[in-house]
Amino acid sequence: MSTTEQTAKQSLPDSRGHFGPYGGRFVSETLIAALEELEAVYDKLSKDPAFQEEFDRDLAHYVGRPSPLYLAERLTRELGGAKIYLKREDLNHTGAHKVNNTIGQALLAKFMGKPRVIAETGAGQHGVASATVAARLGLECKVYMGAEDVRRQSLNVYRMRLLGAEVIPVTSGTRTLKDAMNEAMRDWVTNVDNTYYIIGTAAGPHPYPKLVRDFQCVIGREAKAQCLEQTGRLPDVIIACVGGGSNAIGLFHPFIEDESVRMIGVEAGGYGLETGQHAAPLSDGRPGVLHGMRTYLMEDDAGQILDTHSVSAGLDYPGVGPEHAWLKDSGRAEYVAITDHEALAAFRTLTQVEGIMPALESSHAIAHAIKLAPQMRPDQSIIVNLSGRGDKDIHTVAALDGIEI
Amino acid sequence: MSRIKSSFSNLKASGRAALIPFVTAGDPAPGITVGLMHAMVQAGADIIELGIPFSDPMADGPVIQLACERSLLHGTRLLDVLDMVAEFRQKDQTTPVVLMGYLNPVEAIGYENFAKRAKDAGVDGVLTVDLPPEESEEIVAILTAHGLDTIYLISPTTSEARLRHICDLGTGYLYYVSLKGVTGSAALNVDEVAAKLSQVAQMTDLPLAVGFGIRDPESARAIGQIADGVIVGSVLVSKIAELVTQPDAIASSVSSLIADMRKAMDA
Repeated sequence: MSTTEQTAKQSLPDSRGHFGPYGGRFVSETLIAALEELEAVYDKLSKDPAFQEEFDRDLAHYVGRPSPLYLAERLTRELGGAKIYLKREDLNHTGAHKVNNTIGQALLAKFMGKPRVIAETGAGQHGVASATVAARLGLECKVYMGAEDVRRQSLNVYRMRLLGAEVIPVTSGTRTLKDAMNEAMRDWVTNVDNTYYIIGTAAGPHPYPKLVRDFQCVIGREAKAQCLEQTGRLPDVIIACVGGGSNAIGLFHPFIEDESVRMIGVEAGGYGLETGQHAAPLSDGRPGVLHGMRTYLMEDDAGQILDTHSVSAGLDYPGVGPEHAWLKDSGRAEYVAITDHEALAAFRTLTQVEGIMPALESSHAIAHAIKLAPQMRPDQSIIVNLSGRGDKDIHTVAALDGIEI
Repeated sequence: MSRIKSSFSNLKASGRAALIPFVTAGDPAPGITVGLMHAMVQAGADIIELGIPFSDPMADGPVIQLACERSLLHGTRLLDVLDMVAEFRQKDQTTPVVLMGYLNPVEAIGYENFAKRAKDAGVDGVLTVDLPPEESEEIVAILTAHGLDTIYLISPTTSEARLRHICDLGTGYLYYVSLKGVTGSAALNVDEVAAKLSQVAQMTDLPLAVGFGIRDPESARAIGQIADGVIVGSVLVSKIAELVTQPDAIASSVSSLIADMRKAMDA
């Protein structure tokens, strides 16, 4: 059996949260009981039809699912190759795929009777999605956000505050997403009795990578059904950006066994892989242990985690979800990097050609599709996960243009 | 007999608890550490826990995080930490040294390489904060083969089944985390700690050391009466942080905190 077949046939992660050599539960003893409790509750509820029904109902009536699969006709025509379909996660309530996961995890918090939720956030999309579900369920909500990201994403900070969440700027380390995650873990270990930690991506200690993936798989399941309905066949390529990798694993996972479908994850190439100033651990990192999991990391040769760079706060993370590490090693998915410059160009292209303003994160995926489509035939198709909308990034783009808003 | 074992058995014979200070290696500068270790021993430290600086010390509070950042500013590497231990050993062959830190810097140089070099440098035990027993099989075998003790954390939330497992795996001593939270947290309930320790003591002969929340002579004394070892970290590291601009004062100031605790514990 080939490695790819094994990937497809095995149900991963295993009982200890391993995806091949990746994943696991590398945390201090002080967090083990909380993770074991979460794992037990999730195991039970994920098989409970009532829980699933409530989740599906919220996705339909609160998030607005299914999100459309949209044929970008003008973009396709201009590129002159494969048809480009956009999975419109940007049209979800709160403007990104993040809410699929926060709806699911808030339901877990509710079933576990935890009155307080905490979250880490990079671009602020997960923070907003967490604050949103907390408001809806009447839960106290605290969001940890790197001080640098607070500055870059002031609009989302204000949105979270309007929603009643407390936003805590994190000034330790590199003041970005990884430091926010450290602080959230510290809060959790201190307040574990009354607090649920809503991790925003398919990363962290077991069972988070699995449960976040499960909640995000709605993206891929819908996309597959919609593609079959609209084109009569499976897509040839599916593309998503990868920071922690939750939107990508949500799209990829339901396609893993469809071996004709090429899966491409797009990492943040920052100023270029050759500069070292990027956030692309799968493209230019090596396996290590951070944030409770074994996965590919950006680290120096002494094992210290490196400062990352990306124009997009949501991709500015030195690790990646462990299932992506496994999909890379097994060869089932490919991972490439797109630079800041290429992503910004794609942001403008999609805005001007389709009237859709993508998040800078999603712009990385668009940029790769723009490269790939002309090399493919018109009877082939690409699905790009448009994981979020770009409103939150307008200040960043304007600043790069020298315009102050 | 290992240095850790003989240290605890000597202390037990004299009816005293071990005083175990923690400092981050290379904080605030690499040149400070070895002298500080000797000074702490002089002041009454029985075992030294030496922190391996890591960029993302998730289980620690802001005090230790900042200590790591100060050390890393000088580029302190795990190999440098081992050199510090080797230098300490030139003058002190009896005081056990335990390295405490996170897994990634250890993985970066390789388990086998680490274990061999650590043993050669004179390290006695290793506590890897983010390595629970489930994930530690491989490294424990290697550490054991090199005669190094593996020290595990246990916490107020550790279940009885896990406790048994950890008691089986651990060597040297067990580190009981006295409260929920990160290092440097406040509020220590001595009665709760005592109750848990007596439960653990029934499962193991390993010495039980208590850390988190011990910040003054009184709390050191209270814990010293119920535990085999008293681990004190954040309060020392805070003192180091205060003296960043007067590095020459660090060894004497930290020592005097330790001496006060030692005195209270032995009174």
